[in-house]
Amino acid sequence: MDILNALITLANFVLFPAITYGSQLALGALGVTLIYGILRFSNFAHGDTMAFGTMVTILITWALQGAGVSFGVLPTALLALPVGIAATVVYLLVTDRVVYRFYRRQKVKPVVLVMVSLGVMFITNGVVRLIIGPGDQRFDDGARFIFSVSQFRAYTGMEEGLALRTTQGLTVITALIVMAALFWFLNRTRTGKSMRAYSDNEDLALLSGINPDRVVQVTWILAATLAAVAGVLYGLDKGFRPFTYFQLLLPIFAAAIVGGLGSPMGAIAGGYVIAFAEMGITYAWKRVLTHLLPDSLAPEGLVQLMSVDYKFAVSFALLVVVLIFRPTGLFRGRSV
Amino acid sequence: MSVNPRNILLFGLMGMALLLVAVLQSPTLALTILNMSLISAIMALGVNMQWGYAGLFNVGIMGFTAVGGLAVVLVAQPPVPEAWRAGGFGTLFGLLIGVGTVMAAVALWRRMAPGRGRALALVAVLVAGFALNRYFFVPAVDAIEAVDPATTGYLGGLGLPVVLAWPVGAVFAAAAAWLVGKVSLGLRSDYLAIATLGISEIIIAVMKNESWLARGVKNVSGLPRPVPQPVDMQAAPWVQSLADGLGWSLAQTASIVVMLGYAGLFTLVLGGLIWLAEKALNSPWGRMMRAIRDNETAARAMGKDVTRRHLTIFVLGSAVCGLGGAMMVTLDGQLNPGTYEPLRFTFLVWVMVIVGGSGNNWGAVLGGFVVWFLWVQVEPAGRFVMELVTAGMAEGDLKTHLLNSAAHMRLLTMGVAMLLVLRFSPRGLIPER
Repeated sequence: MDILNALITLANFVLFPAITYGSQLALGALGVTLIYGILRFSNFAHGDTMAFGTMVTILITWALQGAGVSFGVLPTALLALPVGIAATVVYLLVTDRVVYRFYRRQKVKPVVLVMVSLGVMFITNGVVRLIIGPGDQRFDDGARFIFSVSQFRAYTGMEEGLALRTTQGLTVITALIVMAALFWFLNRTRTGKSMRAYSDNEDLALLSGINPDRVVQVTWILAATLAAVAGVLYGLDKGFRPFTYFQLLLPIFAAAIVGGLGSPMGAIAGGYVIAFAEMGITYAWKRVLTHLLPDSLAPEGLVQLMSVDYKFAVSFALLVVVLIFRPTGLFRGRSV
Repeated sequence: MSVNPRNILLFGLMGMALLLVAVLQSPTLALTILNMSLISAIMALGVNMQWGYAGLFNVGIMGFTAVGGLAVVLVAQPPVPEAWRAGGFGTLFGLLIGVGTVMAAVALWRRMAPGRGRALALVAVLVAGFALNRYFFVPAVDAIEAVDPATTGYLGGLGLPVVLAWPVGAVFAAAAAWLVGKVSLGLRSDYLAIATLGISEIIIAVMKNESWLARGVKNVSGLPRPVPQPVDMQAAPWVQSLADGLGWSLAQTASIVVMLGYAGLFTLVLGGLIWLAEKALNSPWGRMMRAIRDNETAARAMGKDVTRRHLTIFVLGSAVCGLGGAMMVTLDGQLNPGTYEPLRFTFLVWVMVIVGGSGNNWGAVLGGFVVWFLWVQVEPAGRFVMELVTAGMAEGDLKTHLLNSAAHMRLLTMGVAMLLVLRFSPRGLIPER
């Protein structure tokens, strides 16, 4: 029976990774939910938009590294991130002008827009693969740990170790800043208020003189920023690979729907719910339980509910549960 | 049914293109393209039922074709008696417990009054069921996978004729579709898309990881064939005399005869499906489906149960995709879960439906042929273009990068083609009548 060691193990293998992953998912889901709220369709290209922003950031990072620029203990990618965001903004605005605007003017059914976004998704995917290739890319540099397992052990003298990676700390801090800025923007600025008005009731917003083109533009800019930031944070943490970003689409959508599509608060909550569920269900609990239970009850197996390969199944199961019992999501998003 | 001369012309042109390939490149290549085109046409027909008749957006085609392929292994491979003895009972019992748990949970939810008692009972049933399932399932699976892992390590199939696997594949896909449809139809239209995306990823994950089922990523190859092997064909006297008569080598003649055999089988299935689909589309049922698609509210007001009708058509369309998937695995002679990727299996089929003409069965079939033909031929063309572009460049990283990226050009071209057709000719090559 050793609660402290159990807690440390839990923090090291579940809490820290889940909070990090949850923040990344939340940022992704915020983008999806914003596009859903304003443009009223599920954007299947969002995962690949993240990949696009990350790709630009990686290329700039390599250029900076080649020129000998570094950011001290922090990853150089942070310096390159603004360029990545700008490129993603331009890319999404061009896509909107060339592809989506036509259908918006025609007032097509949402499902047609979803389909068009699928086409955009494949083109984006193709562009990314064409430029950077389908393989793995690692682009993190700077210090690897804020504190490492051995430092932690030496400092506390505990049996179990705990490490906090730079990318984990960075992800959480950046995510908090971005979320705070977004909420400030949506709740305090004139443009943000007009966006919320447009999302609540399009016709009423138009009557009160809100310029719909501007609202749509700002939405794409916000979505691009969120996507690029989320993508770069995920890539720093786990490495960049175009196909992985496509696969992120499922947990991101699950997060947005669990929280309630169209609700920013919901997207954040949903991100963490999905991340914790995924980590909790695919983690082998043996070590934690060994500390918690008396020796006679110590588990023999790994006490892993599901193998890590089934993390999609966790997102999907949560999605199904929410669709069955509460289709509008935890935070009462847009109605069915 | 009136026959439009323009459509005949389009199909004629497609046939000419295949003939040209046979003459200019090789007859084997032309037949390879033809066989995959027939299968693609079947998948496109399935998706066309969902999108064209009912406006349902399925992004999980890959998953439905994959379970169809799985059926081939489960039906046609010979059983592995040793594995069955080692863990067959435990596996099946574990699965039964799993199914029983879910059913008990559903029954409990329906019977008991809402409240804390119900929630507690539900959690108790689920936890107990899961624990029991693991208790029987895990050791059994380990035992199965330990049986001669290099060649078997799985339960094997039933050893039945491989053609039987095709309808079974359709049933598997239908079951998966029912599950997804039951949950997400009747809600917002894009929830179906997200749910199908999820189920297809999960199906692939299951097929990759559950080695006891179909060897996972270790692949099952050498599946039984519905037509004789080319090697056996070479021994047949009539093949030998045919080879002499045509002046071809014996091996080539035999493989062409075998491929023609497949083409014959596939054409039979495709013909049957088109006939059924045309009948259905032009029946009162088909008119009802289109009425629902065009105006759900009006159809509902007329007393149609829109959600139920959507579920029917979604299950039917997915079953056709599963049938296509089973046929494809039969043609390949192997099940290789690692090769299923959404670009090839979901997206390409969508391009076929859109380019061909959604809502028209013949359009979907033509789309299957045209797009598959392009898919095969664009790669050499893309490489050719890239070589032209880079011809003047000095040898270096950029040149090799550009040459290597020719493969990704294919994806990009298909994406652009899909968006262009959606924008400028949304009715496709053969529009809906």
